[in-house]
Amino acid sequence: MHPAWSIIFFTSISGLGLGLAGLIVLGLLDLSLFSHLLIASFAVFGLIGAGLLSSTLHLGHPERAWRALSQWRSSWLSREGVLAVLVLASLACWFLFTLFFGPPPLWCGILILLMIVATVYATSMIYGSLKTVACWHHPLTPVCYLMFSACGGSVASLTMLALFGQPTPQMLKEITLTFLVGAWTLKYAWWWALDNRGSASNIETATGLGTIGKVRSLMPPHTSENYLQKEMGFVVARRHAIKLRYISIFFGALLPIVCVIFGGSSAGILSMATIFYIIGIFVERWLFFAEAKHVVTLYYGDEQLSISS
Amino acid sequence: MTSLPEPSAIKLGLVIDLDICVGCQACVVNCKEWNTSGYGAPLSDESAYGAQPSGSWLNRVHAFEAGVGEDAKTVHFPKSCLHCEDAPCVTACPTGASFKRAEDGIVLVNEDWCIGCGLCAWSCPYGAREMDPAEGVMKKCTLCVDRIYNENLPEEDRVPACVRTCPTSARHFGDFGDPNSDVSIMVAERGGYDLLPEQGTKPVNKYLPPRPRRQSNDESVSLLAMADAATPKGFWRWMDSTLEKLG
Repeated sequence: MHPAWSIIFFTSISGLGLGLAGLIVLGLLDLSLFSHLLIASFAVFGLIGAGLLSSTLHLGHPERAWRALSQWRSSWLSREGVLAVLVLASLACWFLFTLFFGPPPLWCGILILLMIVATVYATSMIYGSLKTVACWHHPLTPVCYLMFSACGGSVASLTMLALFGQPTPQMLKEITLTFLVGAWTLKYAWWWALDNRGSASNIETATGLGTIGKVRSLMPPHTSENYLQKEMGFVVARRHAIKLRYISIFFGALLPIVCVIFGGSSAGILSMATIFYIIGIFVERWLFFAEAKHVVTLYYGDEQLSISS
Repeated sequence: MTSLPEPSAIKLGLVIDLDICVGCQACVVNCKEWNTSGYGAPLSDESAYGAQPSGSWLNRVHAFEAGVGEDAKTVHFPKSCLHCEDAPCVTACPTGASFKRAEDGIVLVNEDWCIGCGLCAWSCPYGAREMDPAEGVMKKCTLCVDRIYNENLPEEDRVPACVRTCPTSARHFGDFGDPNSDVSIMVAERGGYDLLPEQGTKPVNKYLPPRPRRQSNDESVSLLAMADAATPKGFWRWMDSTLEKLG
């Protein structure tokens, strides 16, 4: 699949922002200082908002984006939009309440956290629900998205604690490390599944000509690339996939783990952890699209839909 | 509303006969011609006379080879929207622009609502949807909804443009909801089948397989042998014998 930058940015950055918001509403940060409250709300709304805005960049008609809130009964994309708007509205209430009356009761935070989990799940299901892309249509797809959101949120919240000069509790560090190891282990399992799972579809089922014998594409229906090939036939740099997987693990897991273990409460080192993590997750998300193969490529010369390359 | 309607009693669609399609591309051209001035925005092209022309088309004809040796076949393979009963492109649409008609099962796009997100094209296993490069909305086969019910057209023209134009009658239009319709009978007799049945889309359009190759008859005579064996008459007989005498 074509890895559009707007979508890569949207899924990784809003995922990170939602994770951070989830930990903030649980009362992890002391926001009694107005400046801290302001910075925290800017970070949360900035990350989630930037992600959502960038997702509208690849639309043919961004001015009609509001219509996407209407079909939550059937469409995961619509559900994601509705939930994101609800989360943003409740976060706004949460921050305003904190500003005027101090932190709201914990159950409010838990409620918002549940909505955040639902939002990230809906984002992942936009891809996970597509039967046409066999490697996405896998139970681990939403699990990975949720885990990465939790990872990003916990690394970013550690950074924010350090920046505010507040203590970075050992338990939060341990949770962060657990999320980091857990998320990348699950991602590794997802990659393993991608490399080892076959697909039920092949050029014979696509054409129904298997009864005659082995089927080969003889002539494409057009002389140059069409929308389908540009959008779904992306092959550039698939050959580098394995290298890129290790690069993403290096930046997204190894470096943040080292920073968290040895960084103490240093704002500088923990900021580096967040930056490394974002680089890692960008590479991971790029691969998520670039490695994914669409069933329609069978009509364009792929004889066997080996899921990865 | 992009939730799917209850399966309709009338299921309009196409039968494509792979045995007789010759890959002439006439249906492709007539589809583009009709639909660029019909339902919705025109079907635009980009750098139509350049090195890499591209554009939105609703019907494409692939060609495949199947088998090896003397039983191998070249199969021309037209492909347009299959108007699936369980259309994933409809339920994926976040805006309600993509819908399946409750009355006849035709899958359409309301182009005034389409935001051009492309998710419907991602969810279609057949590659039946193409984004219009100029308009930024999704284009797809309408089963020529503006022809088939059009009382301003002579009755014989009230079929999809691809069907009307096919010089070999490889494409047929009809109601699959009626077991006695021409298309239903054709599918039953010839073993019409679904493309990618494992994707669970329940396509309405059906494909008829190429007929098996006629067994070669050993007693058939080659034309050359026939020519050699024939005894010429008249002038040719004289010439034949004269040339023979010359050695």
